[in-house]
Amino acid sequence: MKEEIIMAGFGGQGVLSMGKILAYAGLMDDLEVTWMPSYGPEQRGGTANVTVILSDQPISSPVLNRYDTAVILNQQSLDKFESKVKPGGTLIYDPYSLRNLPTRTDIRLVPVEAMEATFKLPSAKVYNMVLLGALLKSRPLVSVDAVMRGLKKTLPERHHHLLPLNKEAILKGMELVGE
Amino acid sequence: MEEVRLMKGNEAIAHAAIRYGVDGYFGYPITPQSEILETLEELMPWETTGMVVLQAESEVAAINMVYGGASTGKAVMTSSSSPGVSLKQEGISYIAAGELPALIINCMRGGPGLGTLQPSQADYFQATKGGGHGDYHLIVLAPATVQEMADFVGLGFDLAYKWRNPVLMLADGVVGQMMEKVVLPEQRPRRTEREIAEQCPWAVTGRPEGRGPNVLTTLELDPLKMEQHNLHLQKKYDAISAEEVRYEEIDTEDAEYLVMAFGSVARICQKAVEEAREQGIKVGLLRPITLWPFPAEAVARLSNKVKGILVVELNAGQMIEDVRLNLDTRVPVHHFGRMGGIVMDPDEVLGALKEKFNIQ
Repeated sequence: MKEEIIMAGFGGQGVLSMGKILAYAGLMDDLEVTWMPSYGPEQRGGTANVTVILSDQPISSPVLNRYDTAVILNQQSLDKFESKVKPGGTLIYDPYSLRNLPTRTDIRLVPVEAMEATFKLPSAKVYNMVLLGALLKSRPLVSVDAVMRGLKKTLPERHHHLLPLNKEAILKGMELVGE
Repeated sequence: MEEVRLMKGNEAIAHAAIRYGVDGYFGYPITPQSEILETLEELMPWETTGMVVLQAESEVAAINMVYGGASTGKAVMTSSSSPGVSLKQEGISYIAAGELPALIINCMRGGPGLGTLQPSQADYFQATKGGGHGDYHLIVLAPATVQEMADFVGLGFDLAYKWRNPVLMLADGVVGQMMEKVVLPEQRPRRTEREIAEQCPWAVTGRPEGRGPNVLTTLELDPLKMEQHNLHLQKKYDAISAEEVRYEEIDTEDAEYLVMAFGSVARICQKAVEEAREQGIKVGLLRPITLWPFPAEAVARLSNKVKGILVVELNAGQMIEDVRLNLDTRVPVHHFGRMGGIVMDPDEVLGALKEKFNIQ
């Protein structure tokens, strides 16, 4: 098993965190993982993306140009990465922030109304967790349990009261993706 | 069994330094290596092992603190990124001239000048040919994984003390910023004053009963004596070249083409090799782990076996000069590089290989 994933959106949307949480979940499930961020003078509103690779074999390149799965949160990222999903791959996106929707027919398109769903949750900060839930439903790479164990391990104790909200957001995201 | 952890390469360096029993870190923040200083400050080793962590007023101050600390036999280190490492070059030449053990880390970014914040390998010449003045060499280690970022701290100090020579870990923004699994080394105690006096009889530790003063200086006004010192250094470099070459070969047994790359780029090339083999092209990878001493013998041996060599670097063509110098035959050697902070992907490497060697 090997899954090469790109997650991309605006800085501040939690793209890098979403990737980190997925990477930690992979660690919990004894997978090999790499997490390679775009980095720079990051600021809220700029673009951010992260490549996460989960594999049961050692991982060579942490830098890629084609992906099995893309999680896309804004138009610039869709324009940049839609063509880089491998044929037969999966493109998960939130139509809320897109003017032009993806058009490819040789990949699985998974629209997720994550922003709309997040408005109904107690905090907008779990937007990325809703999308992570959608990813896990579309591509069951790691279990929700592994994600929660990874979160617990990485979140400072003072934030542990937020774990149930994060789980709620993940489950909400899973619900949004049809069978 | 040590716990498997997930962390950035820069963070792994900080953890490994504490666990090696390093006495002092002196640095100044610069992207993409600031997490080394940040992680050390977060871990507060001065409260556990007694390690000093100091944000100096500049890179120049930091390398001269290393010079001073190393003179007393302490295990000391500094880290920076390309423009900051340029600032350190005078101090590095002094440390090499004084034959002092120290670890210097360069997490390279795009240049020249202040450049970009993104990954690069354009400091190969500076690292391997002596960025400062005079005939000296650093032992240069090029990590390709987060695990090696951790492991090369200990290896670097071991080599530095074995040879009384500064060691440079030449990393880049990819391996500094990426997270992957790492198993950290066991915690070792810092050496005691007594152990330092025993292991470093040259160190300026305060003059005990019964021995004359230890003098460490890089100034010698008599050119004949300075030539003797140079001859001594060159003899040491010859011995290092004979004993400390490290490299990794992947899929070279039946290779018709050879790709050479170091550091994170070797990982990108490894993927290109995997894809090439899926397409029936027999490609192997030679990854120098020590950039100085350079794996000259491996290049010579493999140059006799392949139809062509592609050297892939995040620069305009630097390591390729060492490859060409060490060929044993007239095999064609080409370069593929990206510059200024742009990182190539595996498809580009495979494309370059096919194009340069006309492989259908």
